[in-house]
Amino acid sequence: MASNEEILAGLAEIVNEETGLAPEAVELEKSFTDDLDIDSISMMTIVVNAEEKFDVKIPDEEVKNLKTVGDAVSFIAGAQA
Amino acid sequence: MSRKVVITGLGATTPIGGDVPTMWRNALKGVSGAHTLTDEWVAKYDLPVHFAAKVSNPASEVLSRVEAKRLDPSSQFAVIAAREAWKDSGLGEIDHDRFAVAFATGIGGVWTLLDAWDTLREKGPRRVLPMTVPMLMPNGAAAAVSLDLGARAGAHTPVSACASGTEALHLGLDLIRAGKADVVMAGGAEAAIHPLPLAAFASMQALSRRNDDPEHASRPYDIDRDGFVMGEGAGALVLEAEEHALARGARIYGELAGTSVTADAYHITAPDPEGLGATRALKAALFDARAQAEDVVHVNAHATSTPVGDRPEYTALRAALGNHVDNVAVSATKSQTGHLLGASGAVEAVMTVLAVYDRKAPVTINLENQDPEIPLDVVTTARDLPSGDIVALSNSFGFGGHNAVIVVRNH
Repeated sequence: MASNEEILAGLAEIVNEETGLAPEAVELEKSFTDDLDIDSISMMTIVVNAEEKFDVKIPDEEVKNLKTVGDAVSFIAGAQA
Repeated sequence: MSRKVVITGLGATTPIGGDVPTMWRNALKGVSGAHTLTDEWVAKYDLPVHFAAKVSNPASEVLSRVEAKRLDPSSQFAVIAAREAWKDSGLGEIDHDRFAVAFATGIGGVWTLLDAWDTLREKGPRRVLPMTVPMLMPNGAAAAVSLDLGARAGAHTPVSACASGTEALHLGLDLIRAGKADVVMAGGAEAAIHPLPLAAFASMQALSRRNDDPEHASRPYDIDRDGFVMGEGAGALVLEAEEHALARGARIYGELAGTSVTADAYHITAPDPEGLGATRALKAALFDARAQAEDVVHVNAHATSTPVGDRPEYTALRAALGNHVDNVAVSATKSQTGHLLGASGAVEAVMTVLAVYDRKAPVTINLENQDPEIPLDVVTTARDLPSGDIVALSNSFGFGGHNAVIVVRNH
C-alpha cells in the first residue's frame, strides 16, 4: 500500500518518463490535458504504467474521469484499498 | 521542358559515420562498419550470423529520451538524417504547403512490432502500448519527418524492398516536376538488425557467414563473396525545384537529372540472370536525364556481395552503357556500410551526389580477387572524377524484382 505522497511521486516519475516533464511540475491540482499537455495516447501509456507500478486496475471507462493528477492519485489510492 | 530538380541538402546516419561529413570522409578512406554483435540474443537464439553493421552513433545519443520513445528505431534514424539535410540545405521560411516528404523503408517498424508481440505474450494485451501502431506502421518514418519539419504537401512511403530508398528519389523528382511540391525531403530508413530478420535473411542464404572476420565479410565482386552484411541507418536528400534554389542563392550539390523504376516480373527474389529489367531501368533513367551512355563517369552499384546478385548488374550495365562501361569508375560502397536495405538507395544517393560535387569516387573495400566474370573498373582507392560535365548513376534492386536508377549531373 502506497501513501498518497508515494502515489504522487510515482505518477510524477511515470509522467516524466513518458513526456519529459519535470517531476516537480506534476502537482495534484494540475490537469493532465490543459496544464501538462498530455495527449490521449500518452495518457493511456501513463495509465498502463501506473497499473503496473501500483498493482491496480484502472478501467478504460474510468480514464476520462481522471482529469487532474489529484483525481488519479485518489483513484489509485482507492483501488489499492 | 519540365522543371529541373537540384539537390541542396544532405543528411545521413550510417555504420561508417553518424553524419554526412564523417561518412564521406570514411567512404573515401575505406573503412568497414561491420562488427561482431554483442547482443545477448545472438547466442540466445543461436543465430547463424553473429555480426552486422550498426550505426556508428546510436540514436539515443542524438535524440532526447522522450523523442526516441515515441519513434521506432527506423523513424529515429529518419529524423536524424532529415534534420541534418534540412539544416544543410539552409532552407528557412518556406511555403510548407509546397514541401513534401518521400521517405522509404523496406520493412518499417519491425522492432516495435516484435517487441509488442513479446509484451502481449508475456504480460497480456493491456500492456501493449498505445503508441505501438503509429510506431510500427511503414509510413512511420515519413510521418515523423513530416511532423518534425512541417512538410504538408504529402508524406509518401515508397516500399520496394532494397530499391525503396532509390524509389523515394524517383517519387520526389516526379512530385517537383509535376508541380505538386517545390521542396521534397527524400530518403530512406531501416532498422532491422533484430534476430528475426537476421534469421530470415540467413534462412534464404542471403547473408555472409564470415563470423570470424566481419570486417571482411562484405566483399562485392570478390570471387569469395558469400552474402551481404545487414546494415542499418538512414539517408536524406533535400530535392528542390531549380528556380526555387536559385532564387534563394542556395548551395547546389548537383542535379537529380533523371530516374527510372522498372519491374522484372521474373522471380520473387532471384534477379533476372540477363538483367533485362535493370537494363531497361538504366536506359530509361538516362533517357529521362537526356544523357548519353558516354556521359557516365561513375556508378554507385547496388552490389550487395551475394554470389548471385552482383553479376546480373554487370550484365545490365554493359547492356545499357555498351563498351563505355569499361571507362566508368564503379564503387560498391556496401563493402563499407553493409546493406541498409530500404535505406541503402538513399545513403548511396548521398554518396553519388557527393562524388559528383567533390569529383571523387568512394572506395570499394575487401576486393582481393575480382570475379573474372565481372570485369568492371572497380574503385579500390579513392579516385578523382573528370572535370567538365559529368553524370553518375546509382542503382538499387529489391526482392520482388524492383529496379530503380537515379542519374545525378553536376550543376
